[in-house]
Amino acid sequence: MILIVDMNWKKDSLGFYEFVLPIAVVAEKLDEYTVKHYLEVTKEDLIQSDKIILSGTTLKDTASLCQPEKFQWLKETKKPVLGICAGMETIGVVYGMRLVKCLEIGMTQITTLKENPFVQGNFKAYSLHSYCIQFSGDFEVWAKSAKCTQIVKHKQNPIYGVLFHPEVRNQELISVFAKLSLNT
Amino acid sequence: MQLGVLFSGGKDSTLALHYAAEKEEVACLITLVSQNRESYMFHTPNIDVTVLQAEALGLPQITKNTQGEKEKELSDLEDAIAQAARDYKIEGVVTGAIESVYQAERVQRICYKLGLWCFNPLWKHDQKALLEELIEKQFGVIISGIFAYPLDEKWLGKQIDTELIDKLVDLQQKYGISPSGEGGEIETSVLEAPLFKTKIEVLDYSVEAKGNSGVFEIKHARLVPK
Repeated sequence: MILIVDMNWKKDSLGFYEFVLPIAVVAEKLDEYTVKHYLEVTKEDLIQSDKIILSGTTLKDTASLCQPEKFQWLKETKKPVLGICAGMETIGVVYGMRLVKCLEIGMTQITTLKENPFVQGNFKAYSLHSYCIQFSGDFEVWAKSAKCTQIVKHKQNPIYGVLFHPEVRNQELISVFAKLSLNT
Repeated sequence: MQLGVLFSGGKDSTLALHYAAEKEEVACLITLVSQNRESYMFHTPNIDVTVLQAEALGLPQITKNTQGEKEKELSDLEDAIAQAARDYKIEGVVTGAIESVYQAERVQRICYKLGLWCFNPLWKHDQKALLEELIEKQFGVIISGIFAYPLDEKWLGKQIDTELIDKLVDLQQKYGISPSGEGGEIETSVLEAPLFKTKIEVLDYSVEAKGNSGVFEIKHARLVPK
């Protein structure tokens, strides 16, 4: 079961169609899935899920970034987590990393820095963010654009962050995440 | 949240408006009237009918003319959105983009610059499912432009129904045509929609077609009770 966490500023928002449904369309080809808004995720949801995906949200929406206390479960779960865009930024904030302004909109050139199961070489991806995280310490950087870190993994836990939107271009990344073993 | 909808009068912007109205308050329509029939950004056939559509919706409309030159039309769009923000206090913009990164990126940049939210509620949705949703929700939509092989004059003016959707999906499989016309293969005009208080009756039209390119132009239309 894949738990997709809706990171939009409120439940049943207009952003749901754009940032959550496209992930669900990819997820339903891979496994059963369920969607919960981030304010309504329960311990039971986390127990029931095998994998967790945090969605992105609109450029203007910073609600989840202002509520790291709602995501403390990210530090406790042993389940693989993939944060997409705002999802990745939220992971960074929860782990005490620095959030900085960084605007990228549209197709962006990404360079892989470290061998990893998601991507390889240079490729293009769809970006839509006005912030990024300066990751350090607990995280290793797997890929970068000219402006910022694009893919990271927590050094000990199966927590991954992707700043671009793989549900728009590079959907294969979500498939790879869904098939990851806990030891990757 | 008060929203402005980028409105061409075609099926995608009208369906996006429908989604937006279910979640937030639509304050106005924003329409660019392009003089360039091959505009990169803006649908052109029957753009004049948007005046009737706005009336049927009971919504104010901001209309701006543009020469339709590649980047100048973006500055015209920015002016129109800025006017909507001033006149109708919109906080965000809604588009009917489905697949086009080109369109989505440009509207996102304008909204960011103006400090507005940007929503694309049809983004990445299955195109056949969107066409079927139009029928399920009882939209009345006709084909008003064809611009790709093997489409021809016979398609112009046809109402989108299940038979026509099957044909479009067949063409997708054989020729790679986007069923929703996202690649500019077809353009549509909406004559009836759930949020329309009245519907549009076409009284006079002309068909201008050459090969695989043509337009169904509504020359005279009126609002009638549903």
